[in-house]
Amino acid sequence: MAELLALLPQRLAWHAALSAAALLLGLAVALPLGFAAAKRPGLRWITLGAASLVQTVPSLALLALFYPLLLLLSNLTKATFGFGFPALGFLPAWLALALYAMLPILRNTAAGLSGVDPAVTEAAKGVGMTPRQSLLRVELPLAAPVILAGVRTAAVWTIGGATLATPVGQTSLGDYIFSGLQTEAWDMVLVGCAASAALALVVDQLLGLVGRGIEQRRPMLWGGALAALCLGLVAALAPIAAPALTPRPQAYVVGAKNFSEQYVLAELIASRLEGQGARVERRINLGSAVAYRALAAGELDAYVDYTGTLWANVLHRTDNPGRQAVLDALRTELKRRDGVVLAAPLGFENAYAFAMKRQQAEKLGVKSLADLTGKAPDLVMGGDLEFFSRPEWKAVETAYGLRFKARRQFQPTFMYRALASGEADVISAFSSDGRIAADDLVVLEDPKGALPPYDAVLLVSPRRADDPRLKALAAQLSGSLSVQAMRQANYAVDRDSDKRSPADVARELSDDIP
Amino acid sequence: MSPAIVLEKVGKTHGDAVALEVVDLSIVRGQFVALVGGSGAGKTTLLKTINALATPTTGVVRVDGQAVGALDGSALRRRIGYVFQEIGLFPHMSVAENIGVVPDLLGWPKAEIAARVDELLDLVDLPRGLAGRRPSALSGGQRQRVGVARALAGRPSILLMDEPFGALDPITRTALGDDVRRLHEALGLTTVMVTHDVAEALLLADRVVVLEHGRIIADAAPRDLMAGHADPRVESLIAAPRRQAERVRALLDG
Repeated sequence: MAELLALLPQRLAWHAALSAAALLLGLAVALPLGFAAAKRPGLRWITLGAASLVQTVPSLALLALFYPLLLLLSNLTKATFGFGFPALGFLPAWLALALYAMLPILRNTAAGLSGVDPAVTEAAKGVGMTPRQSLLRVELPLAAPVILAGVRTAAVWTIGGATLATPVGQTSLGDYIFSGLQTEAWDMVLVGCAASAALALVVDQLLGLVGRGIEQRRPMLWGGALAALCLGLVAALAPIAAPALTPRPQAYVVGAKNFSEQYVLAELIASRLEGQGARVERRINLGSAVAYRALAAGELDAYVDYTGTLWANVLHRTDNPGRQAVLDALRTELKRRDGVVLAAPLGFENAYAFAMKRQQAEKLGVKSLADLTGKAPDLVMGGDLEFFSRPEWKAVETAYGLRFKARRQFQPTFMYRALASGEADVISAFSSDGRIAADDLVVLEDPKGALPPYDAVLLVSPRRADDPRLKALAAQLSGSLSVQAMRQANYAVDRDSDKRSPADVARELSDDIP
Repeated sequence: MSPAIVLEKVGKTHGDAVALEVVDLSIVRGQFVALVGGSGAGKTTLLKTINALATPTTGVVRVDGQAVGALDGSALRRRIGYVFQEIGLFPHMSVAENIGVVPDLLGWPKAEIAARVDELLDLVDLPRGLAGRRPSALSGGQRQRVGVARALAGRPSILLMDEPFGALDPITRTALGDDVRRLHEALGLTTVMVTHDVAEALLLADRVVVLEHGRIIADAAPRDLMAGHADPRVESLIAAPRRQAERVRALLDG
């Protein structure tokens, strides 16, 4: 728990910074738009319609969509003006959350202003106020409680939504939730939820006080609450602002995708770099494709990927010329296409492995994927969230003519549970997963070689291609991890009892490497 | 002396609907004019052309000799008092702030505004203790007294009133009517009051202008109007007050 809480200041700081920035941007756009819309029914219809439409997009998807959009824009500006901007991290999270915050502000501003008693606005005009004076002295103060209620709603939504910034590479309290969900560390999930909820609650109450102060015209009250909000923000930002103000060497950014093995490997890389005296930032829980593109764009410096994944997703190949051929082709192709360095194979493979419960496999007489062809129509196939949209699945499906009764998608963690409880009969397990041995699962053979090899490889960004520290690290890690060691490490993080943190496990793993 | 308010061939249409036919009207300084007529007769529209809350479709309105169309509407309205039927006090402002709003818009110093607020509270017969209250804490009669005070705060020479006592009970209404007439005399105002109550018009005004369908169908002093009018529509309008007056006289004569 102490280890968990040690990360809190940093994550809370980013969470607060992101939420505040998104809310301010939302206000800056939605308030003037709300003013304009209050007086023009046509504009009101359009803007509220558009904002409602944005609201119907699930927030996680909205955040995810901003990444490719920004990447496209960044490439465009790079081509036309010679500079790009980071498409991962703060920017996509900020923009998506701001867009999300706009609806309640816009709706309440328009509703609040158009809800002012016409007799009162008529009186404002009648005593000789200009339209501007009428807005500032009469309509705005009268609409303020309604507008502020909208701001409160937006603040609560934004703070809650900011937890979803994690998968686009922005540190937030969501790091706890996504990692905890992945490794079934519920205390971690709880810390993330509780911290985010507490932040939302405090901000909501303070904004409530600002509203009450304005309504009762007590400058001490609203001024005090506003000052408390600002001071709180400054205090929350201290852990990230203070280091930023002192000039320091540029940090190495180490990435991880969204599963336990990746957390362990990222910690291993990070701790070894830190051992060499480098400053390291961690970006965990990245989507598979996001991680590679971020590395190519120089937003990550190093992470571990798998040859089969790169083969299919980056080179768009579906054939299987054999382990060494794949590795060699990737080494030259990644360098040529993106300048990415395939620095070292780590020594183990984490392949897609079709797994079944031993008892059921034996009862059905299934040993390989070929045996599955006739049985599939009675069985349910469980895959992780991306599996069914990956070329590997298409390749296996075609090669063995598999037609399952149903397909279900799960978080990797829940996939193993689903197999145990009978909600799935076959799952797309991972060969380095400790749970294969622990749960006594049978891995089905692939006689046609439909699945490519998945050797774990350390990738290094173009800008760090000749970095001496990373070169030294690649030499140390090359071929250093056996699949047994990795399974053990993964299981220590994933198991229900005596659970260990990825950092802890990485330390032990590191101790066994010369 | 030039007239305070002049309407020259003023007409106003809302789309196809005609609010005002061609109206000519001249009001001299110090006069108390009542505009009477049924709803939709064009009374309020006529009143609003005077302070540019409504823009005439045709014709010219002059205030103190200046054509209203050529003036800045907001600036014009600051020097013309206006009392609303719905009162329209600003609910988020105190009584004092409501009364002081026009002086504030005119840029008076704070101390002068405060003194003016006290003066007006006395003038409209409200206790000074009410200054800090919100309008919601006042009775209907007190609110309209604040409305009148607000209209007079900027020392206007013209006071426009749109059904000012319409929402009040009869006793409050009579008392406030008398007070307004007293203020009209004391401050040397030119007052134009819209009302659908003929008796009220006859009691308070120097001159009664009767409108119907956007036209003036009668324009006379109350005494002349009571003496009889050629237009049967006007006759029927004053029939009720006349009957009441005769009955009251009979009661008094015993």
